[in-house]
Amino acid sequence: MANDKSKPASLLIKGGHLIDPAAKINAPMDILLRDGRVAEVEPPNKIRGGADERFDARGLIVAPGFIDLHVHLREPGQNYKETVATGTAAAAAGGFTSVCTMPNTAPVVDSADWVAWLRHPERGGVVNVFPIAAATRSSRGAALTDFIALQRAGAVAVTDDGKPILEDDIMRAALKLGAELNLPVVQHAEDTRVTEGCSMHEGPTSFRLGLRGMTAAAEASIVERDVNLAQQIRESRLHVAHLSTSDALKAVRRGKRGNHHARVTCEVTPHHFTLIDENVGEYDTNFKMNPPLRSATDREAILVALADGTIDAIATDHAPHATHEKEVEFERAAFGVIGLETALAIAITKLHREQKIPLTRIVELFTAGPARVFDFPGRGSLARGNFADVTIFDPKKRWTFETAKSRSLSHNTPFEGWQFTGKVVATIVGGKIVYRAD
Amino acid sequence: MNKPARGSLLSIEHLDDKEIVGLLKLARRMNPLKPRPLLRNKRIALLFYEASTRTRSSFEIAAKSMGAMTTLVTSSGSSIEKGESLLDTGYTLRAVGADAIVIRHPAAGAPLMIAKRLDIPVINAGDGMHAHPSQALLDAFTILKHKKSFKGLQVAIIGDIYHSRVARSACHLLSRLGMKVILCGPPELVPEFAVSLAPRLRITRHIEEALRGSDVIMLLRVQQERLAGKKIHLQDYMARYQMTMARLKLAKRDAIVMHPGPIIRGLELTSEVVDGPQSVIVDEVHNGVPTRMAILARALGKA
Repeated sequence: MANDKSKPASLLIKGGHLIDPAAKINAPMDILLRDGRVAEVEPPNKIRGGADERFDARGLIVAPGFIDLHVHLREPGQNYKETVATGTAAAAAGGFTSVCTMPNTAPVVDSADWVAWLRHPERGGVVNVFPIAAATRSSRGAALTDFIALQRAGAVAVTDDGKPILEDDIMRAALKLGAELNLPVVQHAEDTRVTEGCSMHEGPTSFRLGLRGMTAAAEASIVERDVNLAQQIRESRLHVAHLSTSDALKAVRRGKRGNHHARVTCEVTPHHFTLIDENVGEYDTNFKMNPPLRSATDREAILVALADGTIDAIATDHAPHATHEKEVEFERAAFGVIGLETALAIAITKLHREQKIPLTRIVELFTAGPARVFDFPGRGSLARGNFADVTIFDPKKRWTFETAKSRSLSHNTPFEGWQFTGKVVATIVGGKIVYRAD
Repeated sequence: MNKPARGSLLSIEHLDDKEIVGLLKLARRMNPLKPRPLLRNKRIALLFYEASTRTRSSFEIAAKSMGAMTTLVTSSGSSIEKGESLLDTGYTLRAVGADAIVIRHPAAGAPLMIAKRLDIPVINAGDGMHAHPSQALLDAFTILKHKKSFKGLQVAIIGDIYHSRVARSACHLLSRLGMKVILCGPPELVPEFAVSLAPRLRITRHIEEALRGSDVIMLLRVQQERLAGKKIHLQDYMARYQMTMARLKLAKRDAIVMHPGPIIRGLELTSEVVDGPQSVIVDEVHNGVPTRMAILARALGKA
């Protein structure tokens, strides 16, 4: 990407309103990008000299490029669901300039070679791809992978996403090695010993539908265990993926408090702060994901935690699946929904307009927040010298999401036909415009 | 996606009050010994992904006695074994000329899924833990044979409600017909949130309380094959919830004892209760035929 000849040497973003929470800026600013970096950030009309290209950002919000901590691009091995090329095209359309890919592919990304393969320009990624590698070999939960080699190859974290690390000893060892290397351990918190055969959240709706339910405790018990382990290990870094329950939030709050030297962080998805178990309706498999849509009470708790700062990041858990994997009996359908192209719109519509959470906080959840979780030097803020990754959006634009127009290879979304307020207008990666709305 | 075809029977919630009353009236008019040939030249596919004795045979006898042709497709010995999807199996049965499909499936919601994609009526003969509407209807039919009306009656449903599609459909239907429904069993088998299923439901953990004042007692088998991690000590269960002649005395004197079957004698109820004067268990099976005749006649617009 860095060698792309079509990239203009300089791009001036003029007339926009900059929200850069890390730099504590919420004001009209012009921004000059040059040679892939942020060259200048100045009040309107203060930047002198020319630029090869100009972007008229009047009436628009300019923000640091969004970072998604949790996407499934399905390569290697599952390119009938998604590829790095199609998934990053969807990411760009959703305003994401960096995505962190999950290793539960075929084969599992558990070696330095696969990490390097994912990052290779031949994959055709149009945004930055940061692989998260498997924490254990083949994600079987038995033997740790070579964290040092994986990190050297470019892995930003380790996880067995989709399969939690259940054994205390293995989780402790992962956190310990992670602490030495400053590498976060990401946990998909689910006690799979008690969720076998479950396809949604346990509650009145699962009972009515005759579906086995995953209890909230199956998530919370693992988060509690992990927080306890992390607090016993200096400098350990635990990141709770796609948190979905009120009780798990309590454990995270406990992990963030206190005089421990562990860093506990968490992310939530747009579907979990928007939808609840009742929305499954009559077995709609586009509402089946793991963790499942939870109770209204859980959703309320997440909304509070989004506003009060407990939650570090909004992550999509973009999980594409082919039609034949979704158009089956609910209990047999694959878990997961796509989410890259709708995340910002849902956040603005649901969190800003309905819940009155300030735009600055929403931008933080997409930028400075995730940048802190995995330590992305030079990203998450548009300070001078940082990477020229920029997301420009119109917070007032009304639009309707049509799955047929999605850039993702798969169309499994619960948000088909939803009307949103707030739309990405342009996405800039390394100073180059990789997406521009029609 | 489309709406299910007219005449489909997917769950009790999919029926309005008029349809329920109509089906029960129609069942009463059906005479399995002198059936009218209402389904002559009709082809009915019986698509059974799960084992069944009562439901399958009574649907088949109901269909054939009214003149329909039936074809039985089971998961073994068909292309289902080769990995054909449920939807494709449905399309195939439609293409060979089925006028209606009766389906039993281990996955909740499976009948609704194919009903939305086919233009012929789909009849749910039991889907996972979700629903068994024809059983609920035949149970209501049975109750009405023994009681004057449903209004004000109290039914105690005792046992493994969590895993029971029969219980779910019974709750919906009997509550809708104006009965008070008491669910009874341990929390593992009768979760607190079960009360939200329908109006006029309540839960008790004590069988004595459930029985007191009840007109109808419906017993359910503990579905040990479906327990999946839930731990039930059968000895404890039997001590607390087994239906015995002594306990039966707590109910109203003219109370009837029902069980959708299969029954496990000596577990959820004693042999004395099964074979006792208040038991209508065999009657239920018997009533399966006219009830399913009514369901099929309605499905194919002949009623």
